[in-house]
Amino acid sequence: MSLDKQQVNHIAMLARLSVDDDEIDDVVAKLSSIVAFVDQLQTAATDDVLPMAHPMERCQRLRVDAVTEIIDRDRFQKNAPQVSNGFYLVPKVIE
Amino acid sequence: MGDSSGPFYRLSLAELSRGLNRGDFTASEITSALLQRIHDHQALNAFITIVEDEAMAAAEAADAARDAGNAGVLCGLPIVHKDLFCTAGVRTTCGSRMLDNFVSPYDATVVERMARAGAVMLGKTNMDEFAMGSSSETSYYGPVINPWGLDRSPGGSSGGSAAAVAARLVPAATGTDTGGSIRQPAALTGTTGIKPTYGRVSRFGMIAFASSLDQAGVITRSAEDAAMLLSVMAGFDERDSTSVDHPVPDYQAALSAPLNGLRVGIVKQHFDDGLDEQCAARVKEALAVLQHQGASLVEVDLPHLDLSVPTYYVVAPAECSSNMSRFDGVRFGHRAENIGDLLDLYCRSRAEVFGAEVKRRIMTGAYVLSAGYYDAYYLKAQKVRQLISQDFKNAFATVDVIAGPTAPTGAFAIGEKTNDPITMYLNDIYTIGANLAGLPGISVPCGFSDRLPVGLQLVGPHFAESAVLNCAHQYQRVTDWHKCCPEDFT
Repeated sequence: MSLDKQQVNHIAMLARLSVDDDEIDDVVAKLSSIVAFVDQLQTAATDDVLPMAHPMERCQRLRVDAVTEIIDRDRFQKNAPQVSNGFYLVPKVIE
Repeated sequence: MGDSSGPFYRLSLAELSRGLNRGDFTASEITSALLQRIHDHQALNAFITIVEDEAMAAAEAADAARDAGNAGVLCGLPIVHKDLFCTAGVRTTCGSRMLDNFVSPYDATVVERMARAGAVMLGKTNMDEFAMGSSSETSYYGPVINPWGLDRSPGGSSGGSAAAVAARLVPAATGTDTGGSIRQPAALTGTTGIKPTYGRVSRFGMIAFASSLDQAGVITRSAEDAAMLLSVMAGFDERDSTSVDHPVPDYQAALSAPLNGLRVGIVKQHFDDGLDEQCAARVKEALAVLQHQGASLVEVDLPHLDLSVPTYYVVAPAECSSNMSRFDGVRFGHRAENIGDLLDLYCRSRAEVFGAEVKRRIMTGAYVLSAGYYDAYYLKAQKVRQLISQDFKNAFATVDVIAGPTAPTGAFAIGEKTNDPITMYLNDIYTIGANLAGLPGISVPCGFSDRLPVGLQLVGPHFAESAVLNCAHQYQRVTDWHKCCPEDFT
């Protein structure tokens, strides 16, 4: 199946990506070709097959609830684009 | 041994180790010579970052440790890391403009273990952006050149690591493999590359692409060198929730078993249309060598092999779209200027710096996970993944390893496949199955097609790294393909 511009813009919004007008046609064409390609999966008979989420068929390991990492805020925030008094700055979200 | 900067680059890791142990030379001498060679060949674009001062300091520390009788198993041996492994204090870009200025506050476990064993890190290698690619062309830092043909791609995504080892800039490099990203570049550059069992090597500090598929490994000049490094890298790590607590055998000690009685599976689907004729011929010659060494060849069936690439291109993008959501322009990475609201901050910060392939994978993932399409794509792909995994289990009931081609062709030209994602994706047809099923696989050089290297892939059951490495090593004992070096780099 192929996708249209409206669908691609919706997907881009879900993915938190903006797509420029001059690139939208190319994005639509290439995403459509990928979706058409993975559509081959529909040919496989998968009734009664359990979905496989993990290659080792193992359960998530549990650990003791103990503090193992120490947060060094100043060092971590050195990579942040904008901080103030130890806070990450973002545009106003509450009026 | 020739002039002081001459001999080192020709030596394998094992040879360098023996020389250091004998006192023939020092880690400082090796490091200084290889740093010079890396500089001399910057045109390959194999590196994103070179760390001279840190490397020289680490080499001096290694020499001092050796003098004091405290030499670790990798003491003084040079290593470079794919720029996807976090390195404390040295920037980690993952090949993306998003992380152009990112400096990790911690070391990846792989980096830490190698450093603790005394290895000297010389730099960080170039790669496809966030490991999403099969040609090392999607890097923000430009494409990597294959030393076997300067218009050729070295494959990807660990193309910088593969090119650096192939050009003898370094004897060994780390890589990561989500769908073939160690084995395919190893094949295209005439090097040896191993992807261990999922969970064998810690993923802590590896920038995640597809978490149920990613696994760290190495690219070297021989299986012997890969065994030495894997012994250090492998093992349980409580900081990686998917790390498997399973004993680590002595991989080097496992390299002495004769191939007598080894059952080698040949997959009939491997030799269908799509495999270059010369590649097929080289792989068949390699199989004959294994047979001559005492292995028996047994035909096996992987009936769902043709669905492995479509399965991967649902599962991997789905996991990618989740993993990539961490790049929000708030805590680290690029942030757009003159932003409006928070949504605008997210959308533009991401769109401005992610490359086209990364965006395609994020959007493919968002689509297959979205309401109305989840069952038809993501759930369906997980079921087909189960079928593919079962195919391998059935095959390993009758054989010890599976042997076949690593890639369908030799190295393709830079730019040849960039406009058609599907053609690029199909380059990983023979490697993806091992990732979907979590199996260990290695690629070793087995000859040439039009003067470009061809790789033989060996895949084993879970945790059969010893068998896979030994089979590769026995093959390399009687062949010289892994010793071939591109003309301008001898």
